[in-house]
Amino acid sequence: MTRAALQALLSHWRRQPLQLATLLIGLALATALWSAVQAINAEARNSYDRAAVFFGGTDLQELQRRDGGPIPLATFTALRQAGWLVSPVVEGRIQRADQAIDVIGLEPFSAPPGTLPPEFAQLVQENPQAMLQDGGTGFVAPEMLADLAEVADLPLLRPAVSLPPGTLVADIGVAATLLDIPDQITRLVLAPEQPRRQPDLAEVAPDLVQQTRGAEGDIARLTDSFHLNLTAFGLLSFAVGLFIVHAAIGLSFEQRRGMFRTLRAVGLPLRRLLLLLLVELLVLACLAGAAGIALGYVIAGALLPDVAATLRGLYGASVSGDLSFRPLWALTGIGIAVLGTLVAAASGLWAVARMPLLASAQPRAWERTSARAIAVQAMAGVGLLIAGLLATVLFDGLIAGFALLGGLLMGAALCLPVVLRGLLSLAQGRARSIRAQWFWADTNQQLRGLSLALMALLLALATNIGVGTMVSSFRLTFLGWLDQRLASELYVTTRNEEEATRLRAFLDGRVDAVLPIWSVMADLNGAPGQVFGIVDHATYRDSWPMLEATPTVWDEVAGGAAVLINEQLARRAGYGLGDTLAVEPGWAFTVVGIYSDYGNPSGQAVIAIDQLIERHPDVPRLRYGLRIPPDQIDGLTAALVQDLGLEPGQITDQAAIKQVSVRVFEQTFSVTGALNVLTLSVAGFAIFTSLLTLASLRLPQLAPVWALGLTRATLARLELGRSLVLAAATFVVAVPTGLALAWALLAVVNVEAFGWRLPMHLFPGQWLRLFALALIAALLAAALPVRRLRRTAPAEFLKVFAHER
Amino acid sequence: MLIEARDVHKAYPVAGGAVQVLDGVSLSLAAGETLALTGESGSGKSTFLHLLGALDHVDQGDIVLNGQSIGALDDAGRAALRRDRIGLVFQQFNLIPSLCVADNLAFQARLADTADADWIATLTTRLGLDGLVRQYPEQLSGGQQQRVAIGRALAARPALVLADEPTGNLDEATAADVMDLILDLVRDTGAGLLMVTHSSAIAARMQRRVHLSAGRLA
Repeated sequence: MTRAALQALLSHWRRQPLQLATLLIGLALATALWSAVQAINAEARNSYDRAAVFFGGTDLQELQRRDGGPIPLATFTALRQAGWLVSPVVEGRIQRADQAIDVIGLEPFSAPPGTLPPEFAQLVQENPQAMLQDGGTGFVAPEMLADLAEVADLPLLRPAVSLPPGTLVADIGVAATLLDIPDQITRLVLAPEQPRRQPDLAEVAPDLVQQTRGAEGDIARLTDSFHLNLTAFGLLSFAVGLFIVHAAIGLSFEQRRGMFRTLRAVGLPLRRLLLLLLVELLVLACLAGAAGIALGYVIAGALLPDVAATLRGLYGASVSGDLSFRPLWALTGIGIAVLGTLVAAASGLWAVARMPLLASAQPRAWERTSARAIAVQAMAGVGLLIAGLLATVLFDGLIAGFALLGGLLMGAALCLPVVLRGLLSLAQGRARSIRAQWFWADTNQQLRGLSLALMALLLALATNIGVGTMVSSFRLTFLGWLDQRLASELYVTTRNEEEATRLRAFLDGRVDAVLPIWSVMADLNGAPGQVFGIVDHATYRDSWPMLEATPTVWDEVAGGAAVLINEQLARRAGYGLGDTLAVEPGWAFTVVGIYSDYGNPSGQAVIAIDQLIERHPDVPRLRYGLRIPPDQIDGLTAALVQDLGLEPGQITDQAAIKQVSVRVFEQTFSVTGALNVLTLSVAGFAIFTSLLTLASLRLPQLAPVWALGLTRATLARLELGRSLVLAAATFVVAVPTGLALAWALLAVVNVEAFGWRLPMHLFPGQWLRLFALALIAALLAAALPVRRLRRTAPAEFLKVFAHER
Repeated sequence: MLIEARDVHKAYPVAGGAVQVLDGVSLSLAAGETLALTGESGSGKSTFLHLLGALDHVDQGDIVLNGQSIGALDDAGRAALRRDRIGLVFQQFNLIPSLCVADNLAFQARLADTADADWIATLTTRLGLDGLVRQYPEQLSGGQQQRVAIGRALAARPALVLADEPTGNLDEATAADVMDLILDLVRDTGAGLLMVTHSSAIAARMQRRVHLSAGRLA
């Protein structure tokens, strides 16, 4: 009995291959986008974990020079002699084989236990001489070996799976040679267990400060918001994909309604029928899930290099650009496909379970919902909108931001049918001809079957508008900010103080102004930050990107008692104008200005340069911004290289910095753009499946109208028009929803995630392009059903009347 | 002659061949004449009615309405013919669920641009639909729905009314009531009426009766 019943149920798919394809493609797409995002997140987290495991994670304490400069060997020796258990580390970045490599030099014998990469520790134990002999040995992530195989001036490279990509670890001597910084120490790592009695740090090394490694720069925390964004996108795509699955399953149940009744009438128990349907769905879910995972792997592989570039550009996090296959990820993908299928099929299975044995086998609209149900749905939507807004009042952090986004999107989606119904009723009321009246009334009636697909389209369009507005607003603000912040025509970094002294002498009389860029590290409101000293110059007065300032801000800063702080610090610490900021104990300033500082996760303060020098006479004086007429840039650059002996890499012109910044920016949002397009494509496919579903139910509705004198061509044109009108009406709702989304992203999520708030700009040109895309999607989605209608033989229409008997 | 079918043949393809549904049927109907077409199930009655109504193509032969060959018309021409000259009444009413009674009733006449408000008001009253014009089809009984369908078919003052078992879904009393209305209204408009029916009682009320058997007129 079971076999025969299963055979009967499955025979449906043999006769409806397109429907089967729709179901499988919809589920595969949903799984693919979700799995792709999960694969990217897993790969990134793996890289973070490798970075965290290496060198003992983030719990170790370390010593650094207060002004960020190198620690002299003498200071290290003094600390060791005083009983401090410290291990020296050198760090720097080199460029090889078109990639930046972070070089870390460790002293293996004094390094705290468990802080060396295992491969490093093993070699030290087995053959310590190999660490230094013949150019020494370096350890890199296995995936870097091939890229660096041909590079000549590197130590012998060995693979270390615990290392993140982009990092080379070697003995401190080898690293110092590689970085060309002999006799310098970047920082000192403190062993967890220190002798009970040791002199105070202030006595032995007053220039050093003790801090927790990466307390603020914790990559995982910083990148959380980015991954949460990706996850939200994946979830959105999955939800949109489920609309397709829901439509396809609904149609298959609708069309087999008669079969279900017959099977039950001939003796198949209801429970067995439901079980067989469940088995059928699970098999299909596994098949589609497997296809989705394969597709997701391809998508993730294509997106990962951009994501890696983004994470490196935005947060300095090293993430491998290569994707590795993880069985757990694949299993999760199958699981989500099965879960999604069950969710999408729940209402259909419930309807079968409740279907009376003697119910009519005549097809009826599976998604038929009453006006009351639509009203209840709209009320739930309004409730979600309010809940989202309340979340921002009641809670803090990113979760509140995403609750707002979720409430906004889902609320708007649930309200869509009621809004569309209102618009269509309005149009019907204003229609003069009977054909137009019928068109609007019929469109209103089709809303029931199309509402899910239109909700999917709304989500995709609103997300596009919201994210597009955010990115474009960010871009516009960022470019303007770059122009303000990078006012100097040339930036020069010297290698040492002696070179800096020569540079200043060389520039005397050759440039309009030399603007020192000198800074020290400081504990700003409990987190590491930087304090810059600036000279009083028109460059700053005219173009500094101030968000808020007192009228006499620059005079006050020049006077020495005032400080400017970046937006991040102001928001995090709740500082406003007139507040007092203690940069160091006993060294406080009045906040007189708050400036924008996009792309910087840390706090920053700007004071008069005299104040900085007075407090930190040894502040490294290595970096300078130069103001010169633009036509003299090339000449001065050449002179700095030829006459002063600087390396070309030490001189950067403003245009090059802007170019790099803009490139990082574009890379950052290329992933977002790709996900936007994919989500819109899935929504287009959802409309297609819904129209296909409705098309099979439409014939009985259209046959009388055809019989009364409308041609198939006219009906086809009207059907196409219906699809376009609904897409256009959905777009009308998507614009305010998208703008609200953009506001939420700019004013809530960005502030929580990055610490800065961006002004919102409107881009009607983008909306117009998206509107055209939405119409094209609707046109493509309707093309096949309309073509079928156009070619429907009169005999097919006549069957509607023949079936009456 | 209002309509004339000349040696009409029609076959439908089935697996492994074709079924000859109509095999040389010839029939004519004059303006104002009423004719009952009877026959067993599968005898080709509905197919013949569909051909007369320009809903389908003949394989062989011709159908001429008011001197115009239907076979020579393209899709748009056939649609125009149905819209302007023919009124159709179906067994299942086939009203448009999204339109109210008033709009359903005037639908074809307004499509044909021949809507006459007085005539439609008269029809509404005579069909007993005055209190129902703002109702929707799903809110009506079967008999009420069929009255709307009859009104729709006659609102454009067609030359020919084709009815396919219009009382097949109605109880006896309602069926008699609906038949009275059809015959009265057809007589008033001067249209020709061809009705497919299984009922000998209804057939007896027509001026002429023909019987179709195995695709041929008996």
